[in-house]
Amino acid sequence: MATEREPPPLGDAEQTDFRELEDGEDLFISTASTLESSPTSPEPASLPAEDICANSNGPQPAEISLDDDLEDLFAEATEEVSLDSPEREPILSDEPSPAITPVTPTALVTPRVEPKTIFVPAMFERSKEELEEEANGDSFDMEIVVSDPEKVGDGMNAYMAYKVTTKTSLTIFNENEFSVKRRFSDFLGLHSKLATKYMHIGYIVPPAPEKSIVGMTKVKVGKEDSSSTEFVEKRRAALERYLERTVKHPTLLHNPDVMQFLESSELPRAVSTQALSGAGILRMVNKAAEAVNKMTIKMNESDAWFEEKQQQFENLDQQLRKLHTSVESLVCHRKELSVNTAAFAKSAAMLGNSEDHTALSRALSQLAEVEEKIDQLHQEQAYADFYLFAELLSDYVRLLTAVKGVFDQRMKTWQKWQDAQAMLQKKREAESKLQFANKPDKLQQAKDEIREWEGKVQQGERDFEQISKTIRKEVGRFEKERVRDFKAVIIKYLESLVQTQQQLIKYWEAFLPEAKAIA
Amino acid sequence: MASTPEENDRNSKLRSVSVDLNNDASLMIDIPDALCERDKVKFTVHTKTTLDAFQKPEFSVPRQHEDFIWLHDTLDETEEYAGLIIPPSPPKPDFESPREKMHKLGEGEATMTKEEYTKMKQELEAEYLAVFKKTVQVHEVFLQRLSSHPVLSKDRNFQIFLEYEQDLSVRRKNAKEMFGGFFKNMVKTADEVIISGIKEVDDFFDQEKTFLLDYYNKIRDATTKAEKMTRAHKNVADDYIHFSATLDSLSADESTALKMYLLKLAELFEKLRKVEGRVASDEDLKLTELLRYYMRDIQAAKDLLYRRARALADYESSNKALDKARLKSKEVQQAEEHQQLCCQKFEKLSESGKRELISFKGRRVVAFRKNLIEMAELEIKHAKSSVSLLQSCIDMLKTN
Repeated sequence: MATEREPPPLGDAEQTDFRELEDGEDLFISTASTLESSPTSPEPASLPAEDICANSNGPQPAEISLDDDLEDLFAEATEEVSLDSPEREPILSDEPSPAITPVTPTALVTPRVEPKTIFVPAMFERSKEELEEEANGDSFDMEIVVSDPEKVGDGMNAYMAYKVTTKTSLTIFNENEFSVKRRFSDFLGLHSKLATKYMHIGYIVPPAPEKSIVGMTKVKVGKEDSSSTEFVEKRRAALERYLERTVKHPTLLHNPDVMQFLESSELPRAVSTQALSGAGILRMVNKAAEAVNKMTIKMNESDAWFEEKQQQFENLDQQLRKLHTSVESLVCHRKELSVNTAAFAKSAAMLGNSEDHTALSRALSQLAEVEEKIDQLHQEQAYADFYLFAELLSDYVRLLTAVKGVFDQRMKTWQKWQDAQAMLQKKREAESKLQFANKPDKLQQAKDEIREWEGKVQQGERDFEQISKTIRKEVGRFEKERVRDFKAVIIKYLESLVQTQQQLIKYWEAFLPEAKAIA
Repeated sequence: MASTPEENDRNSKLRSVSVDLNNDASLMIDIPDALCERDKVKFTVHTKTTLDAFQKPEFSVPRQHEDFIWLHDTLDETEEYAGLIIPPSPPKPDFESPREKMHKLGEGEATMTKEEYTKMKQELEAEYLAVFKKTVQVHEVFLQRLSSHPVLSKDRNFQIFLEYEQDLSVRRKNAKEMFGGFFKNMVKTADEVIISGIKEVDDFFDQEKTFLLDYYNKIRDATTKAEKMTRAHKNVADDYIHFSATLDSLSADESTALKMYLLKLAELFEKLRKVEGRVASDEDLKLTELLRYYMRDIQAAKDLLYRRARALADYESSNKALDKARLKSKEVQQAEEHQQLCCQKFEKLSESGKRELISFKGRRVVAFRKNLIEMAELEIKHAKSSVSLLQSCIDMLKTN
């Protein structure tokens, strides 16, 4: 089951606290020339998902039905999730090894329409040989843009179609640049597939954007006002960030569903997403997690790391929510300031018209113009507050839910292993009883069962170790990305504030001579 | 309220929403001190004078807001001053806004960290102090307008107000006077209706009437909008407090490289909110208060116009009465005398009124100029300091 994993040659790896991972880790290197490898074989195929179904006669019916529910949740987007579907082959890329490009979010977000571009390093598998071959340090990138929202259809059946453009030099794709049209439910469908496949084995799958009945209805009904334009823009930006996060994940990038989503012009329509959204799935995950907790899984945590991390993420979640609330309040007040400034500008203009002293009248009109420009400034700043900061925070709040879900999956995996051990014990006891009963075929059956359960115990242990490893790696990657995301956004946000203030200086400096000219 | 030299400077900047008053050494008035008890503010009115009319060269008396109102109303009702613009009475001290906010803060205490609560409380105390300072200033300016007016400064009631050491017990108008005042207002309103129908003989006054009526409405609207704008600005500044406090807590829990980023960001926003707060309060003083003051001043000018219009109406009706008397040859002399009186009164009002209105316009233009310049300069100053704070933070974060 385990693939060949060789310790990767470590370049100027950033210090992380995950040194103990033998099979290497995803490392973001700041120099393009350093060769990197990070085998990231997830091997979904052989993981407990299969066991879940097979284990339907397991000792704890409550748990199993819970699993089934979860599976069903994740299955709802496509017709059925066939657990033996071919998509679940291990994703080992045979591609020639590219070098890693540093992630540098370059575009300054102009809140209204320009899409954010992020250059994503490609993560991949390589063997040692390939590493040595690869010398030229081709810079690799992948850029995804979601744009051109277009209303398709009429009335309540109408929907928004978005253009998804991918620009990449990765050879796993057929072309370097390609576009497809996707609708919101397609994104939900993609997320649902990924979540089903990867969450239960410890991968942090980025959550899809929120569904909004009110927002969408306005669009369908054809209300062409600023709030529905804002809604569409908010959604477009959220979809873009979702895809960017998804492809940044080395495993998910190579997932056929993802590639198909980006590349193929026709996509089977994801059904049953009407009722459930990304948030819906996460809510279910949460509920399941609570149920898990209620079952009081008293896990003998041999590794304090997991407990610490869980606590840390819990705190982080609370703090981010609080910060999000305060940013939302800021956005709201800044919008109010913009509106009030505009109202004052109009009033000042009227006052200027009414003023009979010529120079003062002119100055007042100038004041009105300045204030009008300033109100625009406030509005733009409010958009920056929102699209840069508030959305980042809400993205991370939802990501943390996915993270928590993954920790809970580990607990469940542990529980399964324990259950298998308990069952094995029972079978052994049953067998030893049968030893003295002189029922040879029953004895044989008992021996067979013992072997079966020994296998299951081993599998359970392996699965547990695997998910623990995966989670450590995932958490490492998540933390790195979080640091990078936040740093980038903070700088961008501060730069937006600087821009606003500099404009203010310009406007008032232009006004000053007008005020001085009042004679 | 002991003032530091810096505060004095700031105070003197705050002082004249009107033009620089109080530079005539013969009569200098200021309010160096004030006490706030619940709803009542007690002002200490301090006078320095070289005039003989006063018993001492320097003295202080305690006065309440109602005393100022009494003084204003007395002057307003004095027939002799009908041709003058009576400086508008200072508005009642209004601590409603900070008090309400303080109350809300108390209710929300549990949801904030200790530091956040302390900061918010400090901010509210500062707001309270700002309202306090504003009301002192506005009462002071009222007295200074009087002391710098050639006619009004000599008013006997004004002198009593400044000098009388006991409580001015007339501050509560007795029932008769109150009723009288009310009745007078009623009559005035009826007059307005009649007067707007009177044909104006003088171009100057005709223009002034049109101008002032329209301008009053516009400036009243501008005052309201300016107030909303500065209040919204204050809200943004307050939001920075919560933002900074939450960043601080986030940073405390953070163990990655982000810790320093968040800490620096928290510090930055704490500094920025002070700047934003000052922007809001400067806008308030230079713009909102300016507009508010001149709105009330224009109302006083309108009052002058109405008094003159009434005098004109009286004059015209006395003319008619004279004609009638001459026709009937009855009580002609009486009618003649009455007509003479009305004519004199009207002409005196017109002459004095014209003077007042012209100087008023000059005053207004100078005050607007001064305050608009100061506001623009302050906006630039604050924006520049914001830029430097932001830029140094960005540079620091980028190099790390």
